[in-house]
Amino acid sequence: MAEKFDAIVVGAGPSGNAAAYTLARGGLKVLQIERGEYPGSKNVQGAILYADALERIIPDFREDAPLERHVIEQRMWMLDDSSYIGTHYRSADFDQPPYNRYTIIRAEFDKWFARKVRQAGALLITETTVRDLLLDGERVIGVQTDREGGAIYADVVVLADGVNSLLARKAGFRPELNPADVALAVKEIHFLPTETIEARFNLSGDAGVVIEMFGKITQGMMGTGFLYTNKESLTIGVGCMLSDFKSQKMTPSQLLENMKSHPSIAPLIAGGEMKEYAAHLIPEGGYNAVPKIAGEGWVIVGDSGMFVNAVHREGSNLAMTSGRLAAETLLELAQARLPYTARNLARYRRKLDESFVMKDLKKYRRLPSVFHRNPQFFTAYPELLSQAAQTLLRVDGEDKKSKERAIRRSFVARRSRFGLLGDAFKMWRAFE
Amino acid sequence: MHIVVCIKQVPDSAQIRVHPVTNTIMRQGVPAIVNPYDLFALEEALRLKDRHGGRVTVLTMGPPQAEDALRKCLTFGADEAILVTDRAFAGADTLATSYALAAAIRNIDRDAAVDLVFTGKQTIDGDTAQVGPGIAKRLDLQLLTYVSRVEQVDIAQRRLRVQRRAEGGVQVLETRLPCLITMLEGTNEMRFASMDNMFRAARCAVRIWDREAAGISDVSKIGLKGSPTVVSKVFAPQARARRAELIEAEGDAPRDLALTLINKLFTRNPKLRDAIVAQPS
Ligand SMILES: Cc1cc2nc3c(=O)[nH]c(=O)nc-3n(C[C@H](O)[C@H](O)[C@@H](O)COP(=O)(O)OP(=O)(O)OC[C@H]3O[C@@H](n4cnc5c(N)ncnc54)[C@H](O)[C@@H]3O)c2cc1C
Ligand SMILES: Cc1cc2nc3c(=O)[nH]c(=O)nc-3n(C[C@H](O)[C@H](O)[C@H](O)COP(=O)(O)OP(=O)(O)OC[C@H]3O[C@@H](n4cnc5c(N)ncnc54)[C@H](O)[C@@H]3O)c2cc1C
Repeated sequence: MAEKFDAIVVGAGPSGNAAAYTLARGGLKVLQIERGEYPGSKNVQGAILYADALERIIPDFREDAPLERHVIEQRMWMLDDSSYIGTHYRSADFDQPPYNRYTIIRAEFDKWFARKVRQAGALLITETTVRDLLLDGERVIGVQTDREGGAIYADVVVLADGVNSLLARKAGFRPELNPADVALAVKEIHFLPTETIEARFNLSGDAGVVIEMFGKITQGMMGTGFLYTNKESLTIGVGCMLSDFKSQKMTPSQLLENMKSHPSIAPLIAGGEMKEYAAHLIPEGGYNAVPKIAGEGWVIVGDSGMFVNAVHREGSNLAMTSGRLAAETLLELAQARLPYTARNLARYRRKLDESFVMKDLKKYRRLPSVFHRNPQFFTAYPELLSQAAQTLLRVDGEDKKSKERAIRRSFVARRSRFGLLGDAFKMWRAFE
Repeated sequence: MHIVVCIKQVPDSAQIRVHPVTNTIMRQGVPAIVNPYDLFALEEALRLKDRHGGRVTVLTMGPPQAEDALRKCLTFGADEAILVTDRAFAGADTLATSYALAAAIRNIDRDAAVDLVFTGKQTIDGDTAQVGPGIAKRLDLQLLTYVSRVEQVDIAQRRLRVQRRAEGGVQVLETRLPCLITMLEGTNEMRFASMDNMFRAARCAVRIWDREAAGISDVSKIGLKGSPTVVSKVFAPQARARRAELIEAEGDAPRDLALTLINKLFTRNPKLRDAIVAQPS
């Protein structure tokens, strides 16, 4: 006989785990289905974990979560072919518990989170793929898995199935992915002895450094690169819009290989042994790409709802927060004995609108199109700035005033006076 | 029929690395799997159960997280799972491992008589292939190693016939029950668990036995104390400096390929040609 649950959560990434955990703690009978061999086996992230979002779900997560290093230093690099120019911010305040950001290894982290979900009382079934949503007219009444006897029923289905969200697309809840709305990212984990990492990045204990990069490493495509320190390894990766890879006929692995040989980066990873290679999509369409996220008997959480703040490389925290808010909405309705109709579930969207999730996405809503139409931000400016720094710093008998004039001229020559003004305005609009 | 299948959780050797500095095996982050041969053993046991009824108990000795491996076996249809776990078992070699497992099986047997014990041929981490025979000896069971298929079981006569892979062919062997079989990669494909079995496995309580529950009183026979074997050194083999060579052939015909190879051998080793040419045809 087919089983019936209060809620089925599809996917065991951060969003699905946050939802399943909250629902199970709230006393619902929850089934979570994950197609990977174990939670995390298929998941890819840099990865920075933002403590706040998790703390609101599991306040004492620091006691046993598999955390690599807490971040005490953030570097922002703008790179041309031979240099970087940028800022480093290191603060002893970030070295004071409770720490705010950690590097993590997703395979380990997701496994830990899933264990918490099980302990909270949800039933987790792995190595099982949800093929279709079961519908009664408009209303979702369960899921069809790929196993014999695979139809399972529930009052509500939480779609936490990640950026591809085949299910939402199949059911027509979400349009096809637009290649200009998703980034394709690749990353590698390189093993290095702890002592080497500490020496190279001036670290001790569990403190860590993250480097965010942009500029010519993406060869004119819209994207960013990153390098994070783990306990015994470094994570390095790069991602660009899928549409750019397509039009430039460039492969992400080529791009990463080039980036790894950049003179500013190569020495940081030298001697490492590659442990892992992974590629994954990131939904970066922003505010305007967010689909309908709730309907008759269903809600969408996490990447599946396009909740990623690409500017700050925040995704997992938006995923967890949307998962939690969706679950809280469902619990409220359950308590009030209200059905999971599209109308009642609209509360979930309101909660999201009031949270940092939608507020941040809204703030940067123009950014994707601005950067997309203006590749100069990734090519011309890093070069100009690097040249400017070099002109100023190279002592060669030329006076400083002439140097400044030369710098000014180089900017105008490359972008024209109006171009510069326009670019400044665009930047302001994008980040406003 | 009551069948016990011994399984071991092992690191996926395809993903294991040797620490470049300390030369120790890095298990951190390497996914754990059920030893592949043990899954073939389980499949064979489940097929016997399908045919003859009865029950299948999976058994492992290992750390607490080995429970995941047992649960995996439950999804395929095993009826019961027992995890023998205790700090006292740490550092066991094959002698101590087979001692502990034999004791546990004796315990299981007291509950419901065991007709058949399966193990894998060997593990992919320890690779010794000694644990199965060690258990058989201690429990005084008939032993059939390197089995690729159980052909038939005659429960009334308490006899069983198997195919055993041997050098140059297949042996068909018969023995009496109770017996222990160590399985090769079987000829039967693993089944895909049904949704019902997935639910059952997720909900089924794995039985956890510590040393006492497993019926072991003599601590000198288990763990490090009961292990005369000492692994004195583990090292990664040096990569060979010599390179493989890609040999271009003139044509595709077998004759051309053979000629190219023979010429290559002869140019490398002229003495070989002389020796062959000197032979009377
Ligand atoms: C690199 C390395 C080298 C080692 N070298 C030696 C050595 O030279 N001599 C030595 O005595 N020990 C050695 N050990 C330890 C030994 O591998 C394990 O301690 C022993 O418990 C199991 O032996 P095995 O893995 O070789 O199993 P095998 O004898 O190869 O396993 C055969 C079958 O026995 C069953 N089985 C094995 N272990 C268990 C278990 N824990 N629970 C349930 N069923 C089980 C499985 O069905 C398995 O397929 C070594 C371990 C490592 C990691
Ligand atoms: C290279 C890279 C770097 C990133 N860096 C960061 C970072 O540093 N910090 C940060 O916060 N975010 C980062 N992100 C974003 C972050 O990884 C995602 O936002 C986050 O993983 C989204 O979580 P999720 O649960 O929505 O989706 P996912 O983590 O993708 O999980 C979806 C789960 O659903 C399962 N699933 C899918 N379909 C089905 C189905 N039909 N049936 C059953 N199961 C299914 C999948 O196997 C998967 O486990 C990064 C992303 C990438 C690719």
